[in-house]
Amino acid sequence: MGSFISNVLNFLILWPAIGAIVVALLPSNQPNLARWVALGMSIPSLIISIGLFYAIMNGDPTASGYHLEYVSEWFPEIGANWHVGVDGISVTMVLLTALLTPIALLIAFEHTENTKAILALILFLQMGLVGVFVALDMVLFFLFWEIGLVPMYFIINQWGGANRKYASMKFFIYTMAGSLGLLLAIQLIGFTVGDVKGLNGPTFDIQTWHEVWPQIGRETNLPGENPGEILGVSYTAVKYYAFLGFFIAFAIKIPVWPFHTWLPDAHTEAPTAGSMLLAGVLLKLGAYGFIRLVIPLFPEELASPRTLLSVSDLNFTFAQVMAGLGMLGIVMGAFSAWAQDDLKKLVAYSSVNHMGFVVMGIAVMGVWYSVMWAQSSDVNDPVLALQMAGQGLEDEDIAKYRDQTQLQAATIDELTSDDQKALAQVKLDAELDMDENMQTANVALNGAVLQMFNHGLSAAAMFLLVGALYHKAHTRDLRRFGGLWHIVPVFGGLFVFTSMASLGLPGLNGFTSEWMIVSGAFPYFEVMVLISTIGLLLTGAYILKGIQKVLQGPPNPDWIEYHEHHHSLEISYRETIAIAPLVALMLITGLYPNWILPVINERVYHIFSAFIR
Amino acid sequence: MDVNWLDANYLAWLIPVPPLISFMLIILFTGRNKVLSHSIAVGSVVLSFLMAFGVFLKATGTDDFGFHETTLRIFGDDITWMDVGLSEFKMGVAVDPLTAVMLFMVPIAMLMIFIYSVGYMGAYPDDDPHKIRYSRFFAYLSLFAGGMLTLVVADNLLLLFMGWEIMGLCSYLLIGFLFEKKSAQQAAVKAFMTTRVADVLMLVGIGYLYAEAGTLKFHEIFFANNAEIIERLGNADQTGYIGLSAASIIGLLLVIGTIGKSAQFPLHAWLPDAMEGPTPVSAMIHAAAMVSAGVYAVIRVFPLLEAGGNPHHAEYTAPLILMGVIGSITALGAAILGVGQNDIKRVLAYSTISQLGFMVAALGIGAYVAAAFHLITHAFFKALLFMSSGAVIHAMEHGEHAAEHGHGHDEHGHDEHHTHDEHAHGHGSYTWADLNAKIEHGIEAGHLQPGERTPYGTDYVGPNGELPDDAEWKTSIPQGLKPDFVAKPNNIALMGGLRHKIPVTAYAMLAGSASLVGFPLITAGFWSKDEIIADAMTFITNSGQFEGHSPWLHMLVFFSLVIAATFTAFYTTRMWLLTFWGKPRSAMAEHATLMNHVDPEELAKAQTSTKKFWLQYSNSALMQGPLVVLAFFAIFAGFVGIHGDFPVLEWFTGSHNFFHEFVGASLLHEPATVPFKIWPVLVSVLAFSIGAGFAYVKYGVPRDSYEKDPVQNMVGDPVWQALKDRFGFDTLYLATFYRGFEWFGRVFSYRKVDKETIDGILETVAVVFNNIGEAIKRFNHVIIDGVGDGIPQLIGLSGRWFRNLQSGRVQQYLLFTAVMLLAIGLFFVLRVL
Repeated sequence: MGSFISNVLNFLILWPAIGAIVVALLPSNQPNLARWVALGMSIPSLIISIGLFYAIMNGDPTASGYHLEYVSEWFPEIGANWHVGVDGISVTMVLLTALLTPIALLIAFEHTENTKAILALILFLQMGLVGVFVALDMVLFFLFWEIGLVPMYFIINQWGGANRKYASMKFFIYTMAGSLGLLLAIQLIGFTVGDVKGLNGPTFDIQTWHEVWPQIGRETNLPGENPGEILGVSYTAVKYYAFLGFFIAFAIKIPVWPFHTWLPDAHTEAPTAGSMLLAGVLLKLGAYGFIRLVIPLFPEELASPRTLLSVSDLNFTFAQVMAGLGMLGIVMGAFSAWAQDDLKKLVAYSSVNHMGFVVMGIAVMGVWYSVMWAQSSDVNDPVLALQMAGQGLEDEDIAKYRDQTQLQAATIDELTSDDQKALAQVKLDAELDMDENMQTANVALNGAVLQMFNHGLSAAAMFLLVGALYHKAHTRDLRRFGGLWHIVPVFGGLFVFTSMASLGLPGLNGFTSEWMIVSGAFPYFEVMVLISTIGLLLTGAYILKGIQKVLQGPPNPDWIEYHEHHHSLEISYRETIAIAPLVALMLITGLYPNWILPVINERVYHIFSAFIR
Repeated sequence: MDVNWLDANYLAWLIPVPPLISFMLIILFTGRNKVLSHSIAVGSVVLSFLMAFGVFLKATGTDDFGFHETTLRIFGDDITWMDVGLSEFKMGVAVDPLTAVMLFMVPIAMLMIFIYSVGYMGAYPDDDPHKIRYSRFFAYLSLFAGGMLTLVVADNLLLLFMGWEIMGLCSYLLIGFLFEKKSAQQAAVKAFMTTRVADVLMLVGIGYLYAEAGTLKFHEIFFANNAEIIERLGNADQTGYIGLSAASIIGLLLVIGTIGKSAQFPLHAWLPDAMEGPTPVSAMIHAAAMVSAGVYAVIRVFPLLEAGGNPHHAEYTAPLILMGVIGSITALGAAILGVGQNDIKRVLAYSTISQLGFMVAALGIGAYVAAAFHLITHAFFKALLFMSSGAVIHAMEHGEHAAEHGHGHDEHGHDEHHTHDEHAHGHGSYTWADLNAKIEHGIEAGHLQPGERTPYGTDYVGPNGELPDDAEWKTSIPQGLKPDFVAKPNNIALMGGLRHKIPVTAYAMLAGSASLVGFPLITAGFWSKDEIIADAMTFITNSGQFEGHSPWLHMLVFFSLVIAATFTAFYTTRMWLLTFWGKPRSAMAEHATLMNHVDPEELAKAQTSTKKFWLQYSNSALMQGPLVVLAFFAIFAGFVGIHGDFPVLEWFTGSHNFFHEFVGASLLHEPATVPFKIWPVLVSVLAFSIGAGFAYVKYGVPRDSYEKDPVQNMVGDPVWQALKDRFGFDTLYLATFYRGFEWFGRVFSYRKVDKETIDGILETVAVVFNNIGEAIKRFNHVIIDGVGDGIPQLIGLSGRWFRNLQSGRVQQYLLFTAVMLLAIGLFFVLRVL
């Protein structure tokens, strides 16, 4: 038993792969057997994920670090280990994956052509997704990251809609193109960190990276290199380009506006089960990458001020850019969703809108994480911290804080760097209430992770419903629907409920997380949050458009005829059973989010509290 | 956990629960059974009413209930709802004096509305959409009641906001209850979207408050012992932006929420259209609950709004100025528009907007107890008025049908439908033939307008079902609800003399109207309106308190409200006289009745006279009974808030203003009572006399439906048309915001940015890499051709493979990857070297 507990994460990774192989080996002429075996194989993962979730919920809340870690030598030649572990954030994502996979399988039952192949691919995909969330070694992370792409490519390419070839190619190539920069950066960081640690080869251990990489070039000079240089290039430039590689890779995956145009195509063309997993889990990989990798590895690159085109007045930080792109995602995503006449595309664009909130929450985390990092005792750079918080040192500050600092110089330039530090520290203590900022950042990041979970539920449910209708009506054109509520009362009720969850109706899941993000982001990004409210408004517009165009109106004689003589349009029992757990969770999370928040907070709290001076 | 749920602290948790459970039960299980569904709904509200009344009695029986000096005595309990970072967010319930009086008013009004609904919905023929979705109506109504009660017992802004938005959803569902009708769909969307404009800003306000104060609990922020929170937020030097304190910014955002929810200018346009909903809905949403919630929320957070200022000394803060100005404009503007309406419900809709304007304006000058008082009395008399109007409309519809079929009564009116409906409705389902017949019938009866319905239920589809091409997106803009359209049964120009047909309704509505116009001394509306005017008039009666500050907001509020009160007296009297006075002006009015549709055979079969009476008058009794109850409150609810020093009545009040003293203890600072002066009373009486007297002179005489309206004669046709067109706001909003947003979404955001720019760049990149790939391929051809035979073949093979993949841009993307891989390979090679 003990060995099973220590191997539980390995089990979660490998079991779906075994399931995929078993399903693939089943005889092709018995689709029903494949269906039930696939579903059965996905249940143990779900049960164990729930157990894992509760184990972490009831675990020691003060213990930092990762749970159920498992390390084993794997690829010693390149310094890669099989290193897995979970924390509050990743276990939430693992739970989401394990929950959505059986539901997607249940929906994939509807495929009659090549049934077992799509079922096997979904299980295979689950392996990749879980792998990304539990990996603590970058090679492992990247491996699973790429593995996730392949089954999804085939799912879209083989079982998708009319334009599936284009959509699947666009999805694949776009994500691949992003991954290439990531791969490059991973190699670079791996070798550099290995050098610094005095190892013989590279190291890809994420925890080691967190400790070493952000400090590189700041205090230590690299052994065997010129001071302040990596590979003969100044460390700032190298870190900057590595940062860009990471940033773009994950930005494409989320997708951050304007990297989002693959999403409407891929989501719309994918079969229902594919869309559910794509929107439900795959998009979260990008956000997860930001939280786990980009921000902890690149606080300096993210939050220190830069000038645009060397014009000194055009200052910006990447955190601001990120929040701005999040805002554009919220607003433009909502507008584009409203413009659609294809119901599935409307729902696809709503993902851009909702993930915009995640991006904004992560941007808030980025700002305060970086500020706290810069003023922590390890880094001890209050001047940088002050700049990251958007303040900076000014000449007046010398006079203002003369009592505390005893500095006599007239301008900042006359001060020594140690004096500048002292002054900055005084100003930092006086003007920034670190406890309050930390609390704000906590709320925002908790909100972002909760929003990832919530969007996983509601986007999957929306795609499920759209698919349920499309599968029967063979059209998604809003202009041809209308008046369906008379025909499909149960579908109508579920559609309104899910739409409202997606809209962010208080009492349902989306509201809590959106409110947390708004609350956390407003004190720092006031204007952007206010502009984002346009997106919130438009969310209402496109959701109501969907309801109005599909359900409302007088009984539609064409569809009545179709419903009575060709094919029932009402949602089937199988689909109702599939959506039931999602509906229940949307309601429970809306009414009592605290069933999940302590688990998320378990990690979020440690991320920030690590820097308490 | 050992909890005594009957303890007032915990009982508050349970008050909203029965209607919410009722919603679940009806939606999930009992939808097929109409009687069971409405029994569950009414029963749930009775339960809530009993619990709320118990809490109310406990509260009034507790000494020093509320804030007194440094003690806080309220009921309440909470749970940890959000556990993040360093602090916990607690969600809970609390009952303070303000909540207590709401817990008195809201459940009574709701219970009456629910009972009335049984009669109102029951009075529709079986094939009407009202009847087909009968159970669903009670489910929505229950959810609505649950939302309102949640809002009332909430101890923090977030839970309040939840109740607030649940009501928003229900109002959307209920206004669009007849979703067959294009106009109802549009009205529902309009209501939801207009209030959402305000709600999203309010959401930001709540978020900002949480970030600044670390809590959203009313009694943590506003309790006297924690006054430093308010002081810090109110200090513009320490917090906030652009010269405004954090309290002001949060206050402005919260007030904007109220402007949307309480339909204040410029977000008022949704409320008149919301009359598309069934009438009990109007009573619920637009009188007793949702619109009042906006004012209630502002009263709740009032200390925040006045932080950094003091309205009683004419030191106005930004949120107060916003409320004072908006309230004044709305009260006056809506009262003027009320004069030009011929739709009985729309008169009441404008009246509601105007009366809410009174409350908001009162809040702007700091008179929040007066606003709370008016909130309570208004809820009673406006619910009464709306429900009476529903009874009138029902009577007119019956009359219309009877007149068309040439019967004295319309017992036979729906016979042809009965035969096949009975068996279908027995199972609670219906066939498509029925529905189509019903639509035809609906068009005849005026429920549906011809042309609202197209074969495909949309306005897109051509005659042969073809879809227009994308360029025709402009045609998708809805024409909008026609602002001056009035359905026949609602048209007061076609009524007259109805006091002989439906006397109970007539006199109940008289009581409600008297209260609305503020008939002196004996109506509730008089006392509450008088208190507002007395507060506004302090700039004349007690100018000493302003100490050199200019009380301009008091002046503005005073003059607008007095003029608005005069108009109110005019349009209300006009409405009542046109409806009930004189002689019937149409065949509909001639035959108006509230009697049931009864099959004569069934009636003959009835054994006892009780049974006979019930068969004929059940709906009439269920509708009019609640009117009588509410009429009682419309008259007498005002006596709890009489000024302690009012002449002659002093012996009755014992020199105490009970309402003021009780509710005044809800907030941080108990407001001083304005000393009694006779001038405000005289001004109120004068406003009433002028308005009502003038209306009686113009409309008290018998007139014909074809005559021009006297007001039309007075002001001229263009002004009259402008009134009917609601001063063109609806058209303006459609032309600017709707069209602008639609253009931005369809053309700019989707087509120009996503499709043309971003995808265009991607394609260009793909083309560039494709060309590079081609160049490399050519290069290979030239160089390697001479080297050997095998390799060219391989390249030829790969070339063929590439060609095979030629599905659009696939090839370009593939080559793009290939080149990138090459670049990476090169990098590693170079690194090793």
